Amino acid sequence: MANRTIVASAPHIHSSLSTTRLMGDVIIALLPALAVSVYVYGWGVLGITAMSIGCCVLFEALIQKFFVRGKQTITNLSAVVTGLLLAMNMPANIPLWIVVVGALVAIGVAKMPFGGLGKNPFNPAIVARVFLLIAYPVQMTSFAMPSTEGFVDAYSGATPLAAAKAGLLNFAEYDMLGMLAGNMAGSFGEVATLALLLGFAYLLVRRVITWHIPVSILATVAIFAALYGAFSFDTPHLASNFALFHLLSGGVVLGAVFMATDYVTSPMTTKGMVIYGVGIGALTMIIRLWGAYPEGMSFAILIMNSVVPLINKYIKPRRFGAKK
Amino acid sequence: MNTLLFTIATLCVIGVVAAIILYIVAQKFKVEEDPRIDDVEKMLPGANCGGCGFPGCRGLACALVEQEDISSLYCSVGGADCMKAVADYLGKAAPVKEAQVATVRCGGSCEKRPRTSTYAGTKSCAIASATYVGETNCAYGCLGYGDCVEACAFDAIHINPETGLAEVDADKCTACGACVKACPKGVIELRKKWPKNRAIYVSCVSKDKGAVTMKACKAGCIGCGKCSKVCEFGAITIENNLAFIDSTKCRLCRKCVAECPTGAIKMIGLAPLPPKEKPETKTETK
Amino acid sequence: MKTFPIGGVHPSDNKKWSKAKAIEVMELPDVVNIPLAQHIGAPATALVKKGDMVKVGEKIAEATGFMSANIHAPVSGTVTAVDLQPNGQGLRQMMVTIKREGDEWAEGIDLSADLVKECNLSAAEIIARIKEAGIVGMGGATFPTHVKLSIPDGKKAEILIINGVECEPYLTSDYRTMLERGEELLVGTSILMKAVSVDKAVIGVENNKPDAIKHLRELAKGYNGIEVKALKTMYPQGGEKQLIAAVTGREVPAPPALPIDVGAVVCNASTAVAVYEAVQKNKPLVQRVVTVTGKSIKDTKNLLTRFGTPVSALIEKCGGLPEGDNRVLNGGPMMGRPMSNLQSPVMKGCSGITILSGAEALRGEPSACIKCAKCVEACPMGLEPYLLAKQSKKKAWEAMEQNDIVSCIECGCCQFTCPANLPLLDYVRLGKQTVMGIIRARNAKK
Repeated sequence: MANRTIVASAPHIHSSLSTTRLMGDVIIALLPALAVSVYVYGWGVLGITAMSIGCCVLFEALIQKFFVRGKQTITNLSAVVTGLLLAMNMPANIPLWIVVVGALVAIGVAKMPFGGLGKNPFNPAIVARVFLLIAYPVQMTSFAMPSTEGFVDAYSGATPLAAAKAGLLNFAEYDMLGMLAGNMAGSFGEVATLALLLGFAYLLVRRVITWHIPVSILATVAIFAALYGAFSFDTPHLASNFALFHLLSGGVVLGAVFMATDYVTSPMTTKGMVIYGVGIGALTMIIRLWGAYPEGMSFAILIMNSVVPLINKYIKPRRFGAKK
Repeated sequence: MNTLLFTIATLCVIGVVAAIILYIVAQKFKVEEDPRIDDVEKMLPGANCGGCGFPGCRGLACALVEQEDISSLYCSVGGADCMKAVADYLGKAAPVKEAQVATVRCGGSCEKRPRTSTYAGTKSCAIASATYVGETNCAYGCLGYGDCVEACAFDAIHINPETGLAEVDADKCTACGACVKACPKGVIELRKKWPKNRAIYVSCVSKDKGAVTMKACKAGCIGCGKCSKVCEFGAITIENNLAFIDSTKCRLCRKCVAECPTGAIKMIGLAPLPPKEKPETKTETK
Repeated sequence: MKTFPIGGVHPSDNKKWSKAKAIEVMELPDVVNIPLAQHIGAPATALVKKGDMVKVGEKIAEATGFMSANIHAPVSGTVTAVDLQPNGQGLRQMMVTIKREGDEWAEGIDLSADLVKECNLSAAEIIARIKEAGIVGMGGATFPTHVKLSIPDGKKAEILIINGVECEPYLTSDYRTMLERGEELLVGTSILMKAVSVDKAVIGVENNKPDAIKHLRELAKGYNGIEVKALKTMYPQGGEKQLIAAVTGREVPAPPALPIDVGAVVCNASTAVAVYEAVQKNKPLVQRVVTVTGKSIKDTKNLLTRFGTPVSALIEKCGGLPEGDNRVLNGGPMMGRPMSNLQSPVMKGCSGITILSGAEALRGEPSACIKCAKCVEACPMGLEPYLLAKQSKKKAWEAMEQNDIVSCIECGCCQFTCPANLPLLDYVRLGKQTVMGIIRARNAKK
């Protein structure tokens, strides 16, 4: 018999989706923000990014080869995404050796010991960022001020959030437009809000993620801040400025669009995603307003990551035929 | 220094209070249980394989302690020695059961049973057998995707890559029956275990008519009945075009082995009988 | 434009390969094998034995009990055997083998092409004729049509839905039937409306078949209460529950609820034509249109085929199998059953033979689940395929039952969409079969 029939049960065709394609799309969606960072902070950020991605991929390859054993998994590009996100969560003037430590924590502590992609309970990039923030607080919070000439200024500046925490900010006159375009101090990936939103649009168009998590986070932050503002300021203008400030400052947009939406550590159902998003938004604002740290996005995501298994267990999608 | 002492003292107090609460709770909610259950459980092998029909060794231990007559309970993993020890401890009559071994009744190796299609689905016998007949035209034989291997808690059954069939390591097999349940084709049977792992069995479970079986597999039983005619102990029956050797009646005389025209009767650990002339060579098919 | 409310995927429809091919009549085979189980329910009981002479349309097997269907001789000739024969999956089942001699039809069957619009039969008489003709759902589910039309006491049908969706990629048999036999389809629909006493019928067609929609709309002007509804293209809209939801907005509750619980009766478009032939022409179900298609098939066709014709004969007619290894499917690529035995016969539920060749025939390498939730998003029944597959692997049947596994319609959206290429449906289907078995055993005990 020359020809043999091949037998496997239905479905017999497959969509073009693959893990690699999805990860590739996330990388593409992050490129505009990276480009703005290069424009604002200079070529140095590319070095940090390359270092971070290189280390993440290298560590994953080595761990896979010598400890986990089995098929090499770096081709699914997830390590590249982790590396890219980790880099974008660092100040533009971070020493490179800290980047290496971060990559080691992300891959060697937060990801591979659990069995690699798909099994880690916490977002590796955030675990690494939080670890670095606690271990190297000075380096992680000395932010280079953006400079329009494309160079990093010699002195370090406080982030808008840190300034706000210290009570140094005048919300009536703050330059919101500048913040939208990336003219503020912070981790180099989080400053370019417009570029990040462009990436969000791309992810939505490519159906990589759904709107539920980012929108519920942003909406919660805005509502929370507006309510707080309404109680603590006299004019509605100040209150709305306060809300806008909290939306645009720090890592809210980067976190909402790229970190909280990490497939592995976010809920499986749309209802669950909204709960998760509201939780992250609320926790972020609680930490920002009453906590010890000026920024709470990373902590909020980590805390909500730990709730995800519970959400998945109890929040079920609406079954067909069940009451709406 | 003061802070340190204070901290240590606080911790100690908390520890003591917690211990007292735990003790009270443990006393209050103590479940009265026959202490012999624990002892019996310790005597059992602890494999928790479920071969006895209970969810685990503790289940069997409970039943052994509670039931008056334990003749229907048996742990095939522990075997006769273990059961005797348990029965002596409980002062009951030890259940007796002949030693058994799992036997894969399929001889349709890659060579004997031509492949006619390629299975590209999930490598699971249960899924493949729900999809279609399998890679060969025999609807009864071993599929070789190893559901039994996965079910075995004792590493006693493996797929031989050369034949594509499951093979039992009789020394490791405890006759727990997990593989028997896991096999969707019903190929595996628990048979009497002879000394030195000797065995004679029909290595085929095909109920197809002889001509159909022969077309699909050169090693299949065609139900010709020659073996049953030659058997002096009435151990061989033919039903649904298939010979079956009752292992409790078989005496390993080997006469049937020489009669079988397709070699479907398999012999392990025994030398073949000296050849004798056959009166007729025509194979009988139904 | 409407579609069903939850989930769904968009496989490329690949209907271009065969949609322009008008229905051709397949040559009569010399020998046919007619399985006694061509429908859901009990296999029919053979009425003939070896040596009997039969004519086309003569009943050769009688329905066994309520949930079963009659079977008629698709060719005239001599019965040579009533025996076990391998089906498409190589499993042996009872079949009647007939050696063909000529093509002589039984008496009383109207073979003319004249359209008979008038129907003065009562509902019970119509259903009796449909039952006699052995009609079953021809979309692939093969549910006996007379059972579907017998509305249980206390329930009332409000709407008849004719399923012209054909959401399976590649297949075009319903599409060609709608185009070429539109009048018969509409008369059949009117008859079905009478059978379940409703005054409203909707023919649901996806908008990737605009010419069929236009054609049927034009014809429907001559009939009362029949509306042709264009639906947004989305797989699995042809699923009964999905179609009802798309057309009426009502959702059939979880099993054991049936479509009639929301007042709907659904029939496939080809089935409606078969009903027309049975009731108006007294012609039993002995043939159907089968699409033979695939990217590498030389000459794709839509063939009017007598049942019992070997699949291999159809493939030969279309230029033979492509070189190399192929995946041959009874049905379309989303839900079709894979075949290992190409000598097996065409049956009542066989809407197409799809041939996937080369790389298409193979499955991708599975990798780890990344919990992307795409399967949950795609599931039209609102289930969690990733979870069900995991539980099936662990043999956690009880947990699967709690997670509503019985609602699964095995549409394959989860596995189709999975970026990790996991065989989700393989495991989910295994779990569903096991759980259904457990439930049946439990009910039998009660």
